[in-house]
Amino acid sequence: MQAPTQPADDTPLLAVRDLRTHIFTRRGVVKAVNGVSFQLRAGETLGLVGESGSGKTMTCLSILRLLPRGARIVSGEIVLQGSDLVTASEAALERLRGKQMGMVLQNALAALDPVFTIGTQVGEPLVIHQRLSWRAALRRVVELLRLVKVVAPEMRLHSYPHELSGGMRQRVASAAAIGCAPALLIADEPTTALDVTTQRQYLDLLKELQQATGMAIIFVTHDISLVGNMCDQLAVFYGGLLVEYGPRQQILSQPSHPYTMALLQAIPQLGESRERLASIAGEPPDLGRLPAGCPFHPRCEAALDVCRTGAPPPVFPLAQGRQVRCWLREQEHDRSAVGSA
Amino acid sequence: MARSVPPTSELALPQGTPTDGTGLVAWGRTVFRGAPLLSLGFLTLAVACALCAPLLAPYDPIQTNRSQTLVPPGFGRHLLGTDHLGRDILSRMIYGARISVTVGFLAVFVSGTIGTCIAVISGVLRGWPETVLMRLTDAFLALPFLMVAVLIVSLLGPSLVNVVLVIGLLRWMTYARTIRSEVLRLTEMDFVRLARAAGARRRRIIVQHIFPNIVNTLLVLGTLEVGSAVITEASLSFLGLGVPRPLPSWGTMLAESQTHVFTAWWLPVFPGIAITLLVMASNLTGDWLRDRLDPTRRQL
Amino acid sequence: MTEALLEVRDLAKHFPVTRGLLRGKQIGAVKAVDGLSFRIQPGETFAIVGESGCGKTTLANLILSLVPPTHGDILLHGQSIARFSPAELMLYRKSVTAVFQDPYGALNPRMRIGDVITEPMAIHGYARRARQQRLQEVLRAVGLSADSARRFPHEFSGGQRQRVGIARALVLQPPLVVLDEPVSSLDVSIRSQILNLLKDLQAEFGISYLLISHDLATVEHMSDWIGVMYLGKLVEIGQAKTTCRQPRHPYTATLVAAATPPGRTPPWTLPIMGEVPHGLDIPSGCAFHPRCPYVQPICRTHTPPLTMLTAQHQVACHLYPEAMSAATWPPAPVTSA
Repeated sequence: MQAPTQPADDTPLLAVRDLRTHIFTRRGVVKAVNGVSFQLRAGETLGLVGESGSGKTMTCLSILRLLPRGARIVSGEIVLQGSDLVTASEAALERLRGKQMGMVLQNALAALDPVFTIGTQVGEPLVIHQRLSWRAALRRVVELLRLVKVVAPEMRLHSYPHELSGGMRQRVASAAAIGCAPALLIADEPTTALDVTTQRQYLDLLKELQQATGMAIIFVTHDISLVGNMCDQLAVFYGGLLVEYGPRQQILSQPSHPYTMALLQAIPQLGESRERLASIAGEPPDLGRLPAGCPFHPRCEAALDVCRTGAPPPVFPLAQGRQVRCWLREQEHDRSAVGSA
Repeated sequence: MARSVPPTSELALPQGTPTDGTGLVAWGRTVFRGAPLLSLGFLTLAVACALCAPLLAPYDPIQTNRSQTLVPPGFGRHLLGTDHLGRDILSRMIYGARISVTVGFLAVFVSGTIGTCIAVISGVLRGWPETVLMRLTDAFLALPFLMVAVLIVSLLGPSLVNVVLVIGLLRWMTYARTIRSEVLRLTEMDFVRLARAAGARRRRIIVQHIFPNIVNTLLVLGTLEVGSAVITEASLSFLGLGVPRPLPSWGTMLAESQTHVFTAWWLPVFPGIAITLLVMASNLTGDWLRDRLDPTRRQL
Repeated sequence: MTEALLEVRDLAKHFPVTRGLLRGKQIGAVKAVDGLSFRIQPGETFAIVGESGCGKTTLANLILSLVPPTHGDILLHGQSIARFSPAELMLYRKSVTAVFQDPYGALNPRMRIGDVITEPMAIHGYARRARQQRLQEVLRAVGLSADSARRFPHEFSGGQRQRVGIARALVLQPPLVVLDEPVSSLDVSIRSQILNLLKDLQAEFGISYLLISHDLATVEHMSDWIGVMYLGKLVEIGQAKTTCRQPRHPYTATLVAAATPPGRTPPWTLPIMGEVPHGLDIPSGCAFHPRCPYVQPICRTHTPPLTMLTAQHQVACHLYPEAMSAATWPPAPVTSA
């Protein structure tokens, strides 16, 4: 497999700027994505972490422009290798999907069509996008299956999805996603339906694939403990906003948003002994009825008055490429801005 | 499959729908949103005719009048005209509605009851009873409806009750199959499992847990089947196997209009339209109910 | 030794696989649970850890007496439930209740919360007055408001529904509650609320828990004892902290390694090979042998019994052929991975 050509300069592969995606329902507008910005370079992995209803999946669907009925990107830019995806036509997007952007979903059995063989499904993007003959495509499929560590790939060409185990199906779905050597792979909760030991195998595999192909990965998960080995950058979602963004190592060791801090303390970690877990009071917000101000303020122990009113806090850039959306960090931001001036 | 997926998707609409008042009022309010008004209106009209036929009909539907035969519809004394025996079409239509609606609802009641009982017994007991009952269902499905109808009517004679019986005894299979799959799905649910673990007997499970959750499906099915029952009754009456003359079933009216089709267009047209509209109204209402009460939408 | 609250002795549940015209010929069996033995003491949490297909659900069904065992016994306070009269069985059902994984499927959508919670009392014939009173008590105990009783399940979030499930499990003050993946379906920020609640309730009322889960971190936090289950058998039983810090069975080690947060090295690093096989294709001898980096010839032919390593630790593995023989740990690989 050849790596996709790296850009000569340092421009990011994918740049999302102030993305807003709203879902228009009979009951009102659901602000699923409410001003999200991030960047991704080739060969990097970005982790999107958040609970259900935080906006991470809608962000990915916005990038892929596979939004459900009633949902629409209302503003913002998504620039992939120089072309804006928000204004692109459906035809242009169809050329991009599968070729420049690959997608791996949570439930691999739902991603694979039960009436077609593995060979057909993994080979189809190759035939469509790279205009290979079926014979050439199937040869490539065998290579791909070997790459994802499927045993006896020549035989598996003729297997149907239901004949494979859960872990193998996920690997096959991944092979289909990376077949055309996309520059960007979006993996949305790819391990949720897998056993714990299979999860680890799969994540190791994903890392190997990335090193072999140089593709960028967006890794979406609700389980922050999975991002540890996988991700270079981390983006924490809450209430449709990116509340914290930056290098993974630093965010995990020194979180600066109250939500991230509370989350890391609320998760039991193997090998610690705590009598009680820290818990976050309240419930995740309803995106159709967001509170004024910061979406986290009803559950935040350090909420100030300014947090409860008006618009959500703006993005405050911090040192070392980190960003945070929290009024509490405003002074830190000023200090670091002054320091770097 | 190992894990269950994280709970609500990004697309989940706001939970915690405020409901005020009792469960029944709230249920009604959610159910009647977005209803097909014309269909419901027509169904209401048909039911009104059925209930208040004597009050609404201007004439006696079986009173013949040799001096007024084949009068075309107009704004004179007979709005929809008269038939070959001088009977007022409008009145016959109204009384015909009574027959159609009565047969429709009664037949649905009979077949629904039979089908639900079979479904619940086979779904809850499983094992041999299920096998026997399901094979019975298959056998009944194989019966040629018309032949059996002829058989029963010729044995028992034509009458309203017998029509209801015929339709009721030969149309329960849809209910049996659909409700049974609902029952099977329900018995696998955790709340039934927990009730059993707490010591609930079968009767309690059926009454408290199974039945309230199949009411929706029954409602949808019943509404759809009303249309089917109406058209079956009309067909039987058309063939002379339904309600006895001179009762003004729409099907009978169609049958009697055969010889006058080219001279008196109003004789077949009105009952034909009425049957079509009633069946369509019931189908549209049933479809809307099915969408509305779809359990996968996670609302009531 | 104090008498155990619940004891399970050689419990097994085999599901026959039949073929033939009338399904008469049995060609094999899925041994979902195959000879489990363990004890739960009052006030303690005993966890069963395993991945999919290990038989956890069947075990829960057996403990709740929803299916009869193929062989083996369950003893409550030393008395075998197989010999219970119907009345005694009803008492057993009062004593052992459950909270299940899916908060959405666990509540009848047509019943009000109050009725859902007090249903076990209604089943056992308590009067209305008593039910109402107890309802208010448990609502307070699980942190739900008093007026929740009149509302329907769809008006509550996942976390709140799980509280309802817990309230229902506690309404008859049982000594043992089976928790089957109680927080796996909940949002991450809600999980700790529920786990803390469960711990508080245990401290206040002295309840024992049988916690069934795949998440080792949660299990280590909540439990006193851990039993590791693989394809129907327990391969290791020990105290929670010890088992997680020094796993003895290779399978336990892979679970620990998979659950170890990145940045820390697991106590015993070994490669993860293969996947859990299907229930019909259980390997001969030790069920884990095809995936084990330490496999020896004997592993393919003889199933290792659970042997006592110490008074507090049992392992079923040929690496420990005699009791009390854990000389070197971790063991050196016999075959290269």
